[in-house]
Amino acid sequence: MKMMKKTLLAASVAAFASTGAMAEISDGKVKIGVLADMGGVYADICGQGCVTATQMAVEDFGGTVLGAPIEIVSADDQLKPDVGSAIVRKWVENEQVDAVGGMVSSAVTGAATKVTTDAKKIALISTSASNAFTTKQCSPYNVHWTYNVVALAKGTVKPMVEAGKKKWFFITADYAFGHALEGVATKVIEENGGEVVGAARAPLGTTDFSSYILQAQSSGADVVALANAGNDTVNSLKAASEFGLTQMMDVAGLLVFTPNAQAMDPNVAGGMRTTTGFYWDLDEKTREWSKRFMERHGSIPAMGHAGAYSMTMHYLKAIEAAGTDDSDAVIRKMKEMKPDDFFSRNATLRNDGRMVHDMYYVEIKKPDERRDDNDIFKVVSTIPGDQAYAPMLPECDFK
Amino acid sequence: MKINKFYVVMLLLALVAPFVLYPVFLAKLLCFALFACAFNLMLGYVGLLSFGHAAFLGTGGYITGWLMMNSGLTPEIAILLGTAAAGVLGAIYGKLSVKREGIYFAMVTLALSQLVFFIYLQAPFTGGEDGMQGVPRGNLFGLIDLSDNLNMYYFVLAIFLFGFWLIHRTIHSPFGQVLKAIRENEPRAVSLGYNVNDYKWVAFTISAALAGLAGSTKTLVFQLASLTDVHWHMSGEVVLMTLVGGVGTIFGPVVGAGVIVTMQNYLSGGELGNYIHIIMGFIFVVCVLAFRSGIVGEFQKVWKRNFG
Repeated sequence: MKMMKKTLLAASVAAFASTGAMAEISDGKVKIGVLADMGGVYADICGQGCVTATQMAVEDFGGTVLGAPIEIVSADDQLKPDVGSAIVRKWVENEQVDAVGGMVSSAVTGAATKVTTDAKKIALISTSASNAFTTKQCSPYNVHWTYNVVALAKGTVKPMVEAGKKKWFFITADYAFGHALEGVATKVIEENGGEVVGAARAPLGTTDFSSYILQAQSSGADVVALANAGNDTVNSLKAASEFGLTQMMDVAGLLVFTPNAQAMDPNVAGGMRTTTGFYWDLDEKTREWSKRFMERHGSIPAMGHAGAYSMTMHYLKAIEAAGTDDSDAVIRKMKEMKPDDFFSRNATLRNDGRMVHDMYYVEIKKPDERRDDNDIFKVVSTIPGDQAYAPMLPECDFK
Repeated sequence: MKINKFYVVMLLLALVAPFVLYPVFLAKLLCFALFACAFNLMLGYVGLLSFGHAAFLGTGGYITGWLMMNSGLTPEIAILLGTAAAGVLGAIYGKLSVKREGIYFAMVTLALSQLVFFIYLQAPFTGGEDGMQGVPRGNLFGLIDLSDNLNMYYFVLAIFLFGFWLIHRTIHSPFGQVLKAIRENEPRAVSLGYNVNDYKWVAFTISAALAGLAGSTKTLVFQLASLTDVHWHMSGEVVLMTLVGGVGTIFGPVVGAGVIVTMQNYLSGGELGNYIHIIMGFIFVVCVLAFRSGIVGEFQKVWKRNFG
């Protein structure tokens, strides 16, 4: 009986290639929502660029999966958790969205992933940094792709503490991401015999960092760590250099995206070391993709852009392999299959949803080292995935 | 009699609406409609422009959210307590602010609400910029599962109708008549022997409590309380809703909230998403310049001229 059913199904698939297969796809299409910051401080690192990258993945995949068309919708979360979660709620409850990608601010992602988890839809997180989505707030439907705060802290902070920079001061973005990064980095510092002498919390989107820089100046620290991102990093580094802080102590940018590094004064930022999940100029494969992205978007990709492409591709491949867009089946396939493309090197998607892959410890090039505006990082070392990320928590081991 | 028929038709529409439109959107609309109605009680019937009503919306939201997450209370109790908290805050703020009028009243309420904003920004229980995430909707009376959007919508509708009825009742009571008298000519109300400040204070407290009720309900709908609700932008938005709909009319704020929330909802996803504030500002300017009594107010005028 079962055999016959299969034969029948195969026959119908052969006869009506598209309609037959579409039966396995809910609503006759696969719809991906891209939630990003279109106009705020993170617009350069995952705004329209994340939509473009997702679009590229869909086009490269062929525009259809199992005969069903792939659609993309996008929206601006304005970096507000209430706006973001309301959009995602509308998408998954009312607009047949199957997976939500993009995702920048960890505060928004925290609220949005609660909605996707309740609705049993897959959250593909490209640019958020907090490690909560695969630890404290872990969910069987979360997939966290590009990097997280653990990788940043281990990659950037550890070598500096080991090199004798023992006293640290933090300038932290005052929300989920900054708190997580500061917390993880503090642990790394203390484990390696250093100490944290103080921290200043600056609201997201602060433009005047002078009071925080003055606090840092009087703290007596060896290193001032910038636990912020996007334009906040650019602005705080600018203030640090204006106040002469960069001459007094080391400034460590814990999270520096390429578009932001581009916007920094190379005389100030040159020589600063940081950790990244991707750099466009690594080898032929990354250059090939990045060139295509540049043609479409107008600037070099940040790691989140490449991550958005890579995770969308992996998601679509998993739908094809699973033969359905049912979230449970797709997520199982995503975890079984090894992600392998220009972005994901030596990669596995763990059961907790953490994509573990090679990370890069990079140095921002000094002005005389740069061939052009896009020549920003040089790779100091490659950090193997299992050293970059924390081990999986047993309670987050979703099989 | 005619007006009664109108109410019945509106109620029937509200009852069938969730089968046509997305229930969460409708619930959001009702929450803001209630918020605007509460605000209108002050601006429309006492003639005082409060620029700090977001503080009460947010307080209701945060208290209810916190109770839902930490106390195991059922949603109706949590909403009641959230409303009460906003009412208490309103009573304190009212006492401090009703002694002043006009721009000074607006400034005092704005300053007090900013105070609350920064407390919520820094207080650990609110989650700061992250907001209070993952508030459970719970079971109404321990029985009805509110995680179902339809159930949630009808619950919100019931709350809205209660709030709307209360405002209607207040306006048409002797107390409401005194409020209108104060609005029209305060010295005369004083000379008639009314203790004007006490009347204003009670009206302010009712208004604040109802704003808190709207905030509490909104938190349950979205399962999130965030700084947006206490930000002064929200205080401005409710002014906009009330003015667009029609100040001092009972249905004006409902219509105004409907217009603004619908615009936000449909524009935010589309091509015009980046221009939403410009469009809303433009509408505001047109409203103030061309039809000052708002959509409902103008409609009533036309109706009166032709049929009244």
